[in-house]
Formats: sequence, C-alpha cells, structure tokens
Amino acid sequence: MNFFAVIGRAVLTLLAQIGRVTRFTGQTLAAIFSAPFYGRLLAQQIMRIGYFSLPVVGLTALSTGAVLALQIYLGGNRYGAEAIVPQIVVLGITRELGPVIAGLMVAGRVAAAIAAELGTMKVTEQIDALTTLATNPIKYLVVPRLLAAVISLPILTAVGDSIGVLGGYLVSTYNLGFTGSIYLKNTVDFAKTDDITSGLIKAAVFGFIIAIMGCYNGFFSKGGAQGVGAATTNAVVASSILILAADFVLTAILFHT
Amino acid sequence: MTAKIELIGVKKRFGSKVVLDGVDLAVEKQSSTVIIGGSGTGKSVTIKSILGILTPDEGTIRIDGQDVTRLKGAARDPLMKKFGMLFQGGALFDSLPVWENVAFGLIQGHGVARAKAKDIAIEKLAKVGLTSDVAYLSPSELSGGMQKRVGLARAIAADPEIIFFDEPTTGLDPIMADIINDLIISTVKDVGATALSITHDMTSARKISDRIAMLYQGKIVWQGPTAEIDRSGNPYVDQFIHGRAEGPIKMAVKA
Repeated sequence: MNFFAVIGRAVLTLLAQIGRVTRFTGQTLAAIFSAPFYGRLLAQQIMRIGYFSLPVVGLTALSTGAVLALQIYLGGNRYGAEAIVPQIVVLGITRELGPVIAGLMVAGRVAAAIAAELGTMKVTEQIDALTTLATNPIKYLVVPRLLAAVISLPILTAVGDSIGVLGGYLVSTYNLGFTGSIYLKNTVDFAKTDDITSGLIKAAVFGFIIAIMGCYNGFFSKGGAQGVGAATTNAVVASSILILAADFVLTAILFHT
Repeated sequence: MTAKIELIGVKKRFGSKVVLDGVDLAVEKQSSTVIIGGSGTGKSVTIKSILGILTPDEGTIRIDGQDVTRLKGAARDPLMKKFGMLFQGGALFDSLPVWENVAFGLIQGHGVARAKAKDIAIEKLAKVGLTSDVAYLSPSELSGGMQKRVGLARAIAADPEIIFFDEPTTGLDPIMADIINDLIISTVKDVGATALSITHDMTSARKISDRIAMLYQGKIVWQGPTAEIDRSGNPYVDQFIHGRAEGPIKMAVKA
C-alpha cells in the first residue's frame, strides 16, 4: 500500500466533504430569503427543537451549576477564597457552560433526530418526491429546521443560565452556608450584560451548526438502514466537535484576546 | 409534431461507472411508453434525469421542444408543475395524513387553498378506488397496494401533462398488480397525460404501454409498438421477455 496515496485520498475526501457542506450551507442560506416561507413548519420545528429540549437542558444546567458551586467552594477554600462562589458560578455558566452544555445536549438530541428523519426520507425517495411535487426540499425541510435551531438555542441557553445559577444558589445556601440574599446580590452585581449576550451569540451559532450537520448528513445519507445509522452518528459527532471548535474561536473573537 | 419528451444522446456516469451511454428516446404526446430492462441498466437514472433530480453529463433532454437538460432552481418550477410521479415504494410523506399527501402538490406547488385542495384530494382518492375515510389515515396504516393507490392519486392530483411510473407493480400480488395496471390506464386516459414508465414486469409493460423501449448497458437496444415486441427479432428483447438465463444479456454479478 502506498503511504502517500492513503494520505492523499484522506485529504481529498476531507476537502470534498468541506466543499459539499459549504455548498449545502450556501444553498440553504439563499433559500431563507426567497418565497415560499413555511411558517407552520417553522413553528412545528421550534416546538420540537426548542420546547422539547427544555427538560434535558434544564436538568443538565441544574446539576452543572450545583457541581460548579461545590468545586469552586472546595478549590477556593484552599486559600480562603470560598466567598467567590456566586461570581464564578454566574461567569462560568453564562459565558461557557450554559451555551456549550445546551449546544451539546441539543446536538445529541436534535442533530441525531434530524439526520435520522431526513436520512429515512432520502432512502425512501420522499425527498425526490418533494421535487416532483414542485417543492424545493431545501426550503421545505432544511430552512425551517435551521431557523428553528438558531432561534431556539439562545432561548434554551437563557433558561439554562437561570437554572444553572439556581443550581449554584441551592447548593451554596443549603450546603455551604451562604446567605441567600447575599449570594443573589453578588451574582447580579458581578454579571455584566456582555457575559450573557456573548453566551447567547454562541448559542445561536451552535444552533446553526446542529441544524446544518443534522440536515446535511440526512440529505446525503446512502443506502438503507445502515446508511441512516451512519448519518445519525456522523451528525452528532460532527456537530459536537464543531461546537467545541466554534466555542474556542468565538470566545477569542468576542473577548478580543 | 414535436415529441412530448425527447432524449438525445443522454449520458450519465457515476465515478467510473457509465450508467447511461447515449440514450435516444422520443415519447409522443398522450402516448404511453414503457422502458424495460434488467436491474441496474439505468432505467431509474433515465427518469431522474428527465425529472431534473440528476443532471446528465452529456446530451439533451427536451420537453415540448424546450431544452430542459440544465434548467435549475426557479427556472425549473413551471416545468415541474407538468410532472407527476408514482414512486416504486410510494414515497408517501409519513408525517402527513393521506389526504395531505395527495393534496401536497396542489397546496405547495400550485398554491391551491387547503380546503379546496382537500376536496380535490378526496375526489382523486375516489378515482383510485379509495373512500374518504382513508383520507384521514396515516400512510403507515395502509397496505402496500393501498399505498400504491395513494401514490397514484398524488401523482395525478394536479392533472399533470406527463406522469412517470417507477416499477408500479413491483412488490404487489398479481391481482393487485392488475388492478394497479387498470388504474394506470384509466387515470392516464382520464387526465389526458403522456406516460413514461419503467418496469421489468412484462405483464404490466404489455398492458399499460403503446410502445416499449428496451434499455441495456446504458443504450436503447430496441424500441417499437407493444404489439411488435414478440417479433422484434432482437436477441436482447427475446431473452428478456421470455426471462431466459441464457442469451446475449450477461447479468453483472457485481454492481
């Protein structure tokens, strides 16, 4: 086996993949701004992507906030800085953990569901059927999911931020001896608008990544059940990795470092 | 008279695999042509190229004399409204009830109001022998034969000028296959459409067609009136219609 051929093939495959994703994204963005608009489908997708993700995002945010408070308390305790808990919790949750955890949870839940649904539609020729019924599949299937994810993720993150801070509050007041009113005052005084908006901007980008990865992998899934399974896995893996990569880039951009 | 559908030297390859190798075919207005051929000979690719789901590498496709080979996006919309298609597996939208499947093209493609589209859908369902209580079922609750009927109702819902049938009888029992054949004949006549079908079911092909074309290794090796298929004098056609293992057609084991 030729060593260079292996590397070359891998690089070419990767480049082709990037090219296809880029083209798919371009087609989708172009489709957003031209009629017809499917308002009913958008509302339906906001329900599925946003509303039904609330429990899982809420639950993970609650436990993250609680654990974060506990760890900061224990760590801060080593040099007598345990009073800093509310400030670090709100900063960590709003800037990083809120959007990233919402993004990853929704990636697992929604990117997989989208890829499986569209992949099945692809292999059963339902996507071709849309074309024969004078309906653009990208407009009908991809655009509503993309818009719904971009709208839903910041809202989910805002809710998750609040619940995460609540998690920290509960642990701090019940277990660590903080006074509730002082904890809340420290939280509110410390958090700046930028901390929260930067997290929400990140969340919108994560929503974009989740929807595009789910739709792309579904649209280009091959073969039968196995192909759809592979598409589902790829959608989750690719969106999770891209979320983490984008998080780093966005943090650098948003905070000019 | 210009042909309704005309293919000239259409070629399509996937990677190094040549699927269509210069297909020439003309389908007259309001006629019914069936393309026969074994699995993997490019029948589906031919139909998908005409529909614009695939773009040929070479050659020309004309509909009503207009070159539509590379027509894309919004420019293709008026053309798509002329088409109806019955998919092999039905390809019904499982997220929508039966009536919305049938009315889909009317509502989304033609901008018909939902209430009116629903009336038309129920009327079309009646044409394929389904009562209005089926209209509210989900496609997954239907048998294979009923799904084919719903697919047929959806294909004719917007009174298309051209209807494509992809293996309309595959997977059905012989009686249901014959019922579907009859429905195809009556609905195509009723709408006044031109029909282009692909199948390897010779009983169906003989019954629903005026003309038959045989596709082998990406080329049309014979075409003529259905009545003449038994005396085509073409060894490929003879082998195929009699279903003989021995003959000039070698089945590729590896796709």
